Amino acid sequence: MNNPESISEPVPPLTRRAFVKAGMTVAGAAYAAALGYPLYRYLATPAERAALLAAVKEVALDGADKLPRHAALMFKFAGRPAILLHHDDDTWTALSAVCTHLGCTVQFDPEHNAIRCACHGGIYDARTGANVSGPPPKPLMAFKVQALTGKVVISRA
Amino acid sequence: MPDLKKIGQAVYGWVNERLDLDPVIEHARAKTVPVHKHTFWYYWGGISLCLFLVQVVTGILLMIYYRPGPDAYASVREITYEIHFGWLIRSLHAWSANLMVAAVLVHMFSVFFMKAYQKPREFGWWTGLGLLALCMVFGFSGYLLPMDELSFFATKVGLSIPGIIPGVEPIISKIVRAGPEVNEFTLQRFFTLHVVVLPLLFIPLLAFHLFLIQKHGNALPPAERLKPAAGRKTIPFFPNFMLKDLAVWLIAINVLALLAAFYPWQLGPQADPIKPAPIGIHPEWYFMSQFELLKVVGRFLPGVSGEVAGIGLFTIGMVLWALVPLFDLETTGGRRGRAITYFGLFMLAGLVALTIFGYFDLK
Repeated sequence: MNNPESISEPVPPLTRRAFVKAGMTVAGAAYAAALGYPLYRYLATPAERAALLAAVKEVALDGADKLPRHAALMFKFAGRPAILLHHDDDTWTALSAVCTHLGCTVQFDPEHNAIRCACHGGIYDARTGANVSGPPPKPLMAFKVQALTGKVVISRA
Repeated sequence: MPDLKKIGQAVYGWVNERLDLDPVIEHARAKTVPVHKHTFWYYWGGISLCLFLVQVVTGILLMIYYRPGPDAYASVREITYEIHFGWLIRSLHAWSANLMVAAVLVHMFSVFFMKAYQKPREFGWWTGLGLLALCMVFGFSGYLLPMDELSFFATKVGLSIPGIIPGVEPIISKIVRAGPEVNEFTLQRFFTLHVVVLPLLFIPLLAFHLFLIQKHGNALPPAERLKPAAGRKTIPFFPNFMLKDLAVWLIAINVLALLAAFYPWQLGPQADPIKPAPIGIHPEWYFMSQFELLKVVGRFLPGVSGEVAGIGLFTIGMVLWALVPLFDLETTGGRRGRAITYFGLFMLAGLVALTIFGYFDLK
């Protein structure tokens, strides 16, 4: 044991205390994971569902082709509000109705033929969704529109 | 790396200077738990507490998705079949409720047979009985919340039993049931009771009960009290007994998890007042003995008089049970002390026999 020629470092023996401590840590972590994972999934269910809904590519609005000119229709695309506009020249526009400023829902203003947000007075172009005045930093997201007989099909651009 | 111990000491010193924690720590350090052949029974209060905490946590989680009112059944259906692990949370809540009542009963009988209700612990006995009564109301009100067939009829029958006593039915109908039949107003009331009123009553009472245990310490069973003080063994509460207590909690939670995972709580078809009661309908096991007592007495005394006699008998038994600290005063056994132990054995045997008999009597 006291051999002066031995150079190699002695390996510290695994004490009973260290072994128990490591074991308890692993068991504790496993326990916490077994409790934490179901809890996380339980709480996350509605958000996961919404995310699933957001994967929607296309929405068909039955009867929306009857929408009069110079009028708008609110609908839901992938769980979020959107707006369909029928213009005077019989063209169509579909836009996200979520204001790019702070997320309020925008509305069609037939008097000025524009889209406005009531929260902070943002104004968008009714044909393109471009932000015209007020605080919005970006245009409204535009969808592709197909007006068919009996329905209007809206899809991601 | 910063010296965690030093930081901890500094924080403790700061708080202690303001809140004077030293005497509390001193008290906890001096606290001991007796060791003898009945020490096993000291764990049952702690098990009840552990299961109560599970109830609080799982109850809060269920409230996130549960909707009382006309949507109640649909929301429990959603929790059970659609929300990830919702079935597990619901099963844990239901199983833990049942196990908690069982643990409380074991705790109560062990306290009774150790004569732990004797001076100065009378208030411990009474607060404990109050907590048990609240547990039963928790169980009864919670049972209705899913609004499936079983819960609907169990509540219907349960509410009609006290209504047998002359003059009580109108009060139940107006105040509790909110109508001649169990309906959505009953559900809303039971929900309010279950998640607001009962916790408001239960938590302070539990706090007082736990405070009394800190104040008086564990009671010794009569045989131990006869031994000279030098011959009694104890262990420190902290950390020795507390670690054992936590180990027992871990066992309790594991048993609960196994039951909840392998025997998930079922959801029956939606309650429909027009449909006949399902065959074999019966109360939860912890109401079975009372239910059966009524049936048995009813065989000797048919009609309303039998029902009233049954309820009267049960009430007398409960009053005697609650008042036992007032007439069992001898601390060292003796004839009266023994008679009271026999009374406890009689009550225990009666409870078990009526419960078992109740299940055989269902056909």
